[in-house]
Amino acid sequence: MRITFKLFAMLQDYLPAEGRQNNALPLDLQDGTTILQVIERFGVPLKSCHLVLIDGNFVPPSERNTRALKEGETLAIWPPIAGG
Amino acid sequence: MAWTRKILRVDLSKGTCKAEPLNMEWAQLYLGQRGLATKYFVSEVDPKVDPLSPANKLIMTTGPLTGTPASTGGRYSVVTKGALTGAIACSNSGGYFGAELKFAGWDMIIFEGKSPKPVYLWIENDKAELRDAAHLWGKTTWQTEETIKKAHQDPQIRISSIGRAGENGVLYACVVNDLHRAAGRSGVGTVMGSKNLKAVAVRGTLGVGNLKDPKAFMAAAAAGKKVLAGNAVTGQGLPTYGTQVLMNVINEMGALPTRNHRDVQFEDARKISAEAMREKRPTDGKTHLVANSACFGCTIACGRISKIDETHFSVVNKPEYWGANGGLEYEAAWALGAANGVGDLEALQYANLICNEDGFDPISFGATVGAAMELFELGIIKKEQIGMDAPFGSAKALCELARMTAVGEGFGKELGMGSARLCAKYGKPELSMSVKGQEFPAYDSRGIQGMGLTYATSNRGACHLRSYTVASEVLGIPVKTDPLVTEGKADLVKAFQDATAVFDSAGICIFTSFAWSLADVQPQLDAACEGNWTMEKLGEVGERIWNMERQFNLAAGFTAKDDDLPPRLKTEPAKTGPAKGLVNGIDKMRPEYYKTRGWDAQGVPSKETLKRLGL
Repeated sequence: MRITFKLFAMLQDYLPAEGRQNNALPLDLQDGTTILQVIERFGVPLKSCHLVLIDGNFVPPSERNTRALKEGETLAIWPPIAGG
Repeated sequence: MAWTRKILRVDLSKGTCKAEPLNMEWAQLYLGQRGLATKYFVSEVDPKVDPLSPANKLIMTTGPLTGTPASTGGRYSVVTKGALTGAIACSNSGGYFGAELKFAGWDMIIFEGKSPKPVYLWIENDKAELRDAAHLWGKTTWQTEETIKKAHQDPQIRISSIGRAGENGVLYACVVNDLHRAAGRSGVGTVMGSKNLKAVAVRGTLGVGNLKDPKAFMAAAAAGKKVLAGNAVTGQGLPTYGTQVLMNVINEMGALPTRNHRDVQFEDARKISAEAMREKRPTDGKTHLVANSACFGCTIACGRISKIDETHFSVVNKPEYWGANGGLEYEAAWALGAANGVGDLEALQYANLICNEDGFDPISFGATVGAAMELFELGIIKKEQIGMDAPFGSAKALCELARMTAVGEGFGKELGMGSARLCAKYGKPELSMSVKGQEFPAYDSRGIQGMGLTYATSNRGACHLRSYTVASEVLGIPVKTDPLVTEGKADLVKAFQDATAVFDSAGICIFTSFAWSLADVQPQLDAACEGNWTMEKLGEVGERIWNMERQFNLAAGFTAKDDDLPPRLKTEPAKTGPAKGLVNGIDKMRPEYYKTRGWDAQGVPSKETLKRLGL
């Protein structure tokens, strides 16, 4: 299964060099891999994973250790940020 | 008390400057800045006044915390009837001008009439006088600041001025202070220009020593700063990445208005994002961003200072633009970029510099260019009329049109009318992405439903700074709500509108609200201001201000029909992203909102509501 993994702002340093240029990395995963498992694989501090989106839809913290990723999905994560 | 208890009334027709005592009874009901100045304004000005006539007034106003050690306590506002909208206008700015005005001993300045010739107001503590500005007319805001400082031999003077856009009648002209901060929206600079008032220059050395309980205030201010520093958004996110970090977030969520709201996602969003601002350019190996910056008293420091690429086509042989300068912020980057389909970061910064230099709102300008590009692509406006090809995505057209708008040249004159007048002129009023004549900011309301209600009901026309439900619907501040549903948004919008009115009336920046609730502001206000400033009282003040502004707009001729969105957002579903297939549910939210407000079905506050609020 292939997904796209995106990290933004201060979290982009947790991507390997080839992914930093576009904040995105194609990622091959075993079926059933959860969001939490991807976060842990890249060593991203859990407390910094504030805004977690799959295909642009918010995933609440309570679902991040059970929500399995699916073929073609995009997982994008931001630390606490704001604008206006 | 943190008010100076003194206002300056300037009659531009007669050339007089007179001090008056501040109405302290009103201060207890409307707090300061936005609320208190609007109370003065609606009490003195006919709601049906032509915004550009001498009978309109313009107020520059501080809040009780302006100039104090409260974090972000440097804000000031410009209140008038907006040239772009014909609605009540209140544009808020940071920088250092507001605090300096307070240090000179003034809570606000009320300008009335029209000067027979260009003038600027010179304030040195108690002394205030109008001076000839013939030599400043025709100059940019940057030249005006430099010229005044040199003339007075004092680099510490703080100046708010209009550029050539305000002189030329661009209907969304700003009042710019400290080179790149601005009271930006609704055409407050156009009103200033119509009065032949070029600038206000202030030097204040009196400080702000009139706090009710200085010891309690310093403790409350310190506690507030601790909250800001410890919060991941205000302590780390905003200073490091600035507001522009939202570009990728909002794009990913499918709520980034693109090509005049034809699309909700921009393929080049990343190229104009905060992340891109920090990357080395292939041309010169330097990053666009060189530093962050803070306004007076601010402990967040979200501001961006950048250096443009000297080899970029827009600034070749123009060294005046090569230095470190303000921008880009999220709203400007979106309006000049995604709204037009332009993904050239350097071009956006150039257009942004022109907006700062000559004083016009990059949101309304960028969105108006977006409308013009759509009219061009539809074949309604021809190349010969514009003076160039202007399809979506043309960085060259964007840069040239910015220059032409600044100086009122050719098609720039038409762009200076704003999108509503431009689209109406060419028989396509529905293509203006605006409410009450003011262009949308950077959130598509098909993907963030609450922002549709925010825009439709904003008292100053479409605006994100009257009710930033993005905080809740996107960022989870203070609690996460679903951006794709309309349920609960009426209550959410009302709560944001009322609370924002208090922040805007206190003299502090709305960005503190990413970490502070009113409960963090209340002890600071209560320790600074004469009176008993409880949470309950502050809640009433916010609601009172909102209804007062509403009453002015109704008397000016606005009706429930003006609390609406352009048909595109109600009939053309989002094509991609999470909101694919959705339109905005304004027609469902509006009646709920009126009911929540205590207004009738026509959006008129009921007698009971007005009585409850003392209006």
